[in-house]
Amino acid sequence: MAAMQPATTLAIPEAKRKKRTRQFFSLKRLQENWQLYVLILPAFLCLLIFSYVPMYGVLIAFKDYMPSLGIWNSPWVGMKYFNQFFNSYYFWDLMRNTLGIQVYGLILGFPLPIILALALNEMKDGFWKKFSQTVTYAPNFISVVVMGGMLVAFLDPSTGIINHALGLFGVKPIAFMSDPRWFKTVYVLSSVWQGTGWGSVIYLAALAGVDPSLHEAAIVDGATRLQRVWHINLPSIVPTMVILLIMNVGSLFSMGYEKVLLLQNPLNMSSSNVIATFVYQQGLINGAYSYAAAVGLFNSLINAILLIVVNNIARKVSETSLW
Amino acid sequence: MNTTLIKDTKADRIFKYFLYLFILLAVLIVIYPLIYIISASVSDPTAVNSGAMWLWPKGFSLEGYEVILKYKDIWRGYGMTIFYTVAGTAISLFMTLPCAYAISRPDFSGKKWFTTFMLVTMFLNGGLIPSYLLIKSMGMLNTVWAILLPGAVSVYNIVVTRAFFQSNVPWEMQEAAKIDGASDFQIFFRIVLPLSAPIIAVMALFYGVGIWNSYFSSLVYLQNKALYPLQMVLRQILVLQDIQQGAATGSAVTASAAEAMERKAELAAIIKYGVMIVSSLPVILVYPFLQRFFVKGVLIGSLKG
Repeated sequence: MAAMQPATTLAIPEAKRKKRTRQFFSLKRLQENWQLYVLILPAFLCLLIFSYVPMYGVLIAFKDYMPSLGIWNSPWVGMKYFNQFFNSYYFWDLMRNTLGIQVYGLILGFPLPIILALALNEMKDGFWKKFSQTVTYAPNFISVVVMGGMLVAFLDPSTGIINHALGLFGVKPIAFMSDPRWFKTVYVLSSVWQGTGWGSVIYLAALAGVDPSLHEAAIVDGATRLQRVWHINLPSIVPTMVILLIMNVGSLFSMGYEKVLLLQNPLNMSSSNVIATFVYQQGLINGAYSYAAAVGLFNSLINAILLIVVNNIARKVSETSLW
Repeated sequence: MNTTLIKDTKADRIFKYFLYLFILLAVLIVIYPLIYIISASVSDPTAVNSGAMWLWPKGFSLEGYEVILKYKDIWRGYGMTIFYTVAGTAISLFMTLPCAYAISRPDFSGKKWFTTFMLVTMFLNGGLIPSYLLIKSMGMLNTVWAILLPGAVSVYNIVVTRAFFQSNVPWEMQEAAKIDGASDFQIFFRIVLPLSAPIIAVMALFYGVGIWNSYFSSLVYLQNKALYPLQMVLRQILVLQDIQQGAATGSAVTASAAEAMERKAELAAIIKYGVMIVSSLPVILVYPFLQRFFVKGVLIGSLKG
């Protein structure tokens, strides 16, 4: 270690000098690096076209988009579509459904992977630990369509296994898929079933980094296993928890289309209609492009704001944050 | 780390019981539906629908699979999905690996602005409608390009790959090659790529499984059924419960019409379970062997996350 010291102190000023010259755009550097620029070109073009051009396309939210006129030449209407959305009778329904499903999902979906990881971490290495991991991770790789199909099949009021099981306890068949009261629970529990195992991977990695000497010391002091899990393992994964919590809370409004769209039907609409599926309906089914784009833009705006706010709170409270 | 030297106290033994009980419960909850699907797909339809089949197959029959074998839409979808997965993964790797390498280079002058350029897209996006209009105006609607290109680059995957290059391919080695006169292309193709088999595998798996399982972009961009991937066909069968007329004409030709109808409805239920298996088979077969690669991908990602 001591022998390394002089080398590193020497290297720092040189790196600094290099950095200073790099701040200026120079043709010489471009020439030197041109092959690296060629290497980023495919990804650059792909992002430019498919991510940045649509950002320009968001202008239609403030216009009356007419396909024949194109984006730029369509007439401006200002906030018309935003006002239309805020004043619509379904605005609060959409907000409530979106947030309801997401918060419900967060309350169940956030702690469970942590508990599973803590438990898996306590298992002895060997076949059963590996087996438990393989099994609990597996649902993550099932496609959302197959998941939807499983729910439709298992929850069927007359042929589904769940209702047959409930029948054994004398419960009358429940129409899970068409009863709005059940929609959120079906959605959230199936997501928990699919995601808990895979969600524990990241916590297990953090737990693998716990210093064994802490445990040895605690054992000498007579701590029980539960005490060690509580006072050593749990605190050591708090930074990971904070990061994931920020990301989860920050994406409360960014609910995906895929799964809701599959589970949605006219009967459960009153609780399954969320902002994402509304945008899909209005834009792609009804062709109200500008209106749908406005709703979508509103959605991504509250998303961004939420993420920034949560991140700032986390930075103040726990010194762990995304940036 | 384990308490091998010190005898377990009573509290520890209770803890152990609860621990294994909890894990057992978790494993059972996950594995039961999976076993049920497999059993149901080879059982007598009547036993499945009436709830007589709980865990193991009842009245073994392969009728469901016979129907699936003759179900043309499924196999066409399968073919398309294989095409989308292979081509899409190749395109994604072609975009991800070189780009991740370039921004992993400490001496790359475009590193900073390009990283920002990339990360911006993680927080801001035009959304569904502007993306749709773009694809439409480019004339890509109803073509395979609408499935292959828009999602080809995942910024998250680029960041993961960059982290791998930074920590696993020593910069000193690349510098040495540079001094010996190697160009950046040569360093990338001759030195970095051969050392990066694990990350190439991880990325191919992430992209591949993602494409295999996705249906949403086909729902939005494709109308031509001949281009539908498997997941779209599945959606029709599993979720919309629309099984092709005539597909379920099983062996019951001699039976009366009413009986045949009933038989058809029952078979339809079995087909669903069989279809779930057939469609997930490649992923199921590959997953246990490649699980460590998937996990590795998450771990490399968490370093930087």
